[in-house]
Amino acid sequence: MTLLTVENLTVAFPGRHGTVNAIEDVSLSISPGEILGMVGESGAGKSMTGAAIIGLIEPPGRIAAGEIRLEGQRIDTLRPDEMRRIRGRRIGAIFQDPLTSLNPVLTVGEQLIETIQTHLKLPKDEARARAIDWLRRVGIPAPEARIDTYPHQYSGGMRQRVVIALALCAEPCLVIADEPTTALDVSVQAQIIALLRKLARETGVAVILVTHDMGVIAETADRVAVMYAGRIVEVGSVTEVLTAPRHPYTRGLMASIPRIGARPDVLPQIEGAMPRPHARPAGCAFAPRCPARIDICSQTRPDLTGHATRSVACHLSKEVPA
Amino acid sequence: MSDPILTVTGLKKTFDLSQPFLTRLTQGGGRKYVHAVDGVDFTIPRGTTLSLVGESGCGKSTVAKLLMGLTQPSAGSIRFDGHELAGTRAGQPPAVRRRMQMIFQDPYASLNPRWRVARIIGEPMKSFGTHPDPVARRREVDRLLEFVGLSAADGEKFPHEFSGGQRQRISIARAISTKPEFLVCDEPTSALDVSVQAQILNLMRELQRELGLTYLFISHDLAVVNYISDQIGVMYLGRLVELAPADRIFAAPQHPYTRLLLDTVPDITMAHRDMDRPAGEVPNPITPPSGCHFHPRCPLANDRCRSEAPAFRTRGDSHVRCHAVEEGRTDPMPLRKAG
Amino acid sequence: MTDTTQPNTTPSALARLWNSDLAWNFRRSWTARISSLLILILFAAALFAPLLATQNPYDISQLFLLDSELPPAWIEGGDPRYLLGTDEQARDLYSSILYGLRLSLIVGFASVALAAVVGISLGLIGGFLGGMVDGAIMRVADILLSFPAILVALLVNGIARGVLPPERHADAAIWVLILAIGLTNWVQYARTVRGSTMVERQKEYVQAARINGVSGMGIMMHHILPNVLGPVLVIATINLGMAVLTEASLSFLGVGMPATQPSLGTLIRIGNEYLFSGIWWVVIFPSVVLVALVLAVNLLGDWLRDALNPKLR
Repeated sequence: MTLLTVENLTVAFPGRHGTVNAIEDVSLSISPGEILGMVGESGAGKSMTGAAIIGLIEPPGRIAAGEIRLEGQRIDTLRPDEMRRIRGRRIGAIFQDPLTSLNPVLTVGEQLIETIQTHLKLPKDEARARAIDWLRRVGIPAPEARIDTYPHQYSGGMRQRVVIALALCAEPCLVIADEPTTALDVSVQAQIIALLRKLARETGVAVILVTHDMGVIAETADRVAVMYAGRIVEVGSVTEVLTAPRHPYTRGLMASIPRIGARPDVLPQIEGAMPRPHARPAGCAFAPRCPARIDICSQTRPDLTGHATRSVACHLSKEVPA
Repeated sequence: MSDPILTVTGLKKTFDLSQPFLTRLTQGGGRKYVHAVDGVDFTIPRGTTLSLVGESGCGKSTVAKLLMGLTQPSAGSIRFDGHELAGTRAGQPPAVRRRMQMIFQDPYASLNPRWRVARIIGEPMKSFGTHPDPVARRREVDRLLEFVGLSAADGEKFPHEFSGGQRQRISIARAISTKPEFLVCDEPTSALDVSVQAQILNLMRELQRELGLTYLFISHDLAVVNYISDQIGVMYLGRLVELAPADRIFAAPQHPYTRLLLDTVPDITMAHRDMDRPAGEVPNPITPPSGCHFHPRCPLANDRCRSEAPAFRTRGDSHVRCHAVEEGRTDPMPLRKAG
Repeated sequence: MTDTTQPNTTPSALARLWNSDLAWNFRRSWTARISSLLILILFAAALFAPLLATQNPYDISQLFLLDSELPPAWIEGGDPRYLLGTDEQARDLYSSILYGLRLSLIVGFASVALAAVVGISLGLIGGFLGGMVDGAIMRVADILLSFPAILVALLVNGIARGVLPPERHADAAIWVLILAIGLTNWVQYARTVRGSTMVERQKEYVQAARINGVSGMGIMMHHILPNVLGPVLVIATINLGMAVLTEASLSFLGVGMPATQPSLGTLIRIGNEYLFSGIWWVVIFPSVVLVALVLAVNLLGDWLRDALNPKLR
């Protein structure tokens, strides 16, 4: 039973030079308790997909096609006030910068309690007890004392832990985490993604983890979707996609990441750059850079073919083993 | 081992963050200092790359600024090919500074958005007087553009017409325009996507081979540093805690902080290690822990670590600043799995 | 290992402007186009005043006192030679308005230019050098801001009158006005430019220039100045309206342009005294023109501010 299905989602931005599709024909699904990673370069559309799911596309951008279903119910066509109820209660969000995710003039406790009371309708003292409990679960030491302190009194990593608590305290079924560790130091990054993984397992919440960092995906996610130029080009379990990538872009990406322990003379690289949304070529968007391209690649765009647990959008990879 | 082109000894930089005098008088509180760089020593042989790694607040960017003269050291010496640079400002003396250049982290802020690319690349040549004739200069700019993988026609464009990776190429072209020998690279690939990062790193390696450049490479990314370095220095809260050849540091890290860093870097071999150990965070640089700064997070800390700052000791071609290592209390770390 | 962009044509600056987002925004905005048209008409009228006017109202020899206080041409008692009527000195109102508009615009532009040059320079210097220089400049600015603009202008005016011999007052009036208004308005430019300078100073391209040995002056003029001028255009446009109004107010108060060389404000003052004797045209027509000018300039300035604001695009 899938928790969230996205089918053929297209987000368009009308602009001066015509309408530009930030993402096109994106389809994915996620089951309860699963951690799905969305990886890709900046501009590939991964944050846009997350924003579309949670209903935070800024006008004039809009969902031009496709549908999003949460537990069977369509959420992309909801009115703003209905969507607001879903946001927070059933879908939580964790953004990149913990400093701007928290209100600086409210204590941490006030923000947690407000969220809990709004969505779970609990009395004040019970909400406070829950808030303290959440702070303990995310690893804040001495939560009874720290609940009444302000965000600026926390360090970066601690703040992000509070943000995670805030996202989970309303007991959503799905959390969108958009680059949750990018602004943090390396040693803190590891703690945060481990925490996220642990809490996801404990609470059974599904997580869509958007990041450009393959290492974070490798350590945290169960499945991964690779995005390129507004489309998904490969989906599969983390083990499969990272050790045996089928799409030439994924292959190039994995090869070009420097690793500790290996010191090649020349780092394998992908020539060229990802096309901007208004300058996408006909056919496969990756074809101009693809070392394995054939004629059909520049003419026809390959669809995402395969089955639910493993699919690739590439003409060269038609047969996908089950 | 070739001769050293850069030798840094006892380099210190302290920032005074105290409140204004009147505020201190009325509200109390003493002076507040940050020892951003707290006694750093290293030597870079000609034609090699030394990388400085560390997390926020470790002082690596400040070291870069000190070397280039963008800020003045509070103490210590910077000798570039025999010339003492401590106390000189950026760009002075021109004869020496022409031989040192810098590449910055932010590809969007490191190029003047109102200048055309050709003018940007030509600026060092004009201001150091290596190519006073505008026509000759423009020809050199065109040649540099081709050299870094762009085209001569790109000189007429403005920076915003280029992607992040292309802008870094423009920055590199500007940096090598005066034929420098030494390049400080302050996180040049941190703001770039992974696939572009590989292109830029390859370009930099190739330039090093072709032009005989010496690099000081600053980064927080251990894997990137592994690829490009000959020597690696690990910094923590203003101090160099370990300095060793690149292959040694990753195969057999000695300092507990280096081990922590290696342990916590997300690994695409999917180690799925249990990383939610209480490894703490980098403390506030204004009030660093006493003695060895790392002791609150160190599994091997003892009383001596809490009270006495360790000295930078040499063993062979490695240097470590750690009591536990001196006293032989560390156990050999298992070799890291290859990728 | 090439990474080329598309084959280039290097468009000229004019072509780039025509194709820019700003020009496209302009073509789409009714307020921008209408206000620009109005401003152009008024500018042209002021520029070609000697050609468009039926008489030179400053030349006493052209005035016939018998024709004084005539109503506008379409009203009974009016004279077709004097389209909008005449004032108590028999000056043709239509011509007076044209010449008055010219004076108002000259004072407006010149004072804006003075304020801009002074303000941008001080803002650049203060923002770039920081420390005590910046502190001193900002304190002077703060002090100036705590005075109402009119009072400062009156002060400058008073000093000038005290210093200059009486027979020079009339000639010097226009310069005194420009100086007074300009010295009041420089603060906004200085503050904006100072803020932007402090931001740009930290950016890496400035650090690169320093590493390359570019002097402080060179960095200020060639690197920072082009990047901080954007908001200045908006301020200058809106300031123009304010400068024209300030000049009109000063003239209305009697300390601006003298009655022998009336600007729009002076005309309104003169007309005001005769308002209740039924001679309404001397007040109304100059006021309409003044309001139209200031309104058009303000609308254009507003549009420009929104069009140049990257966050609103």
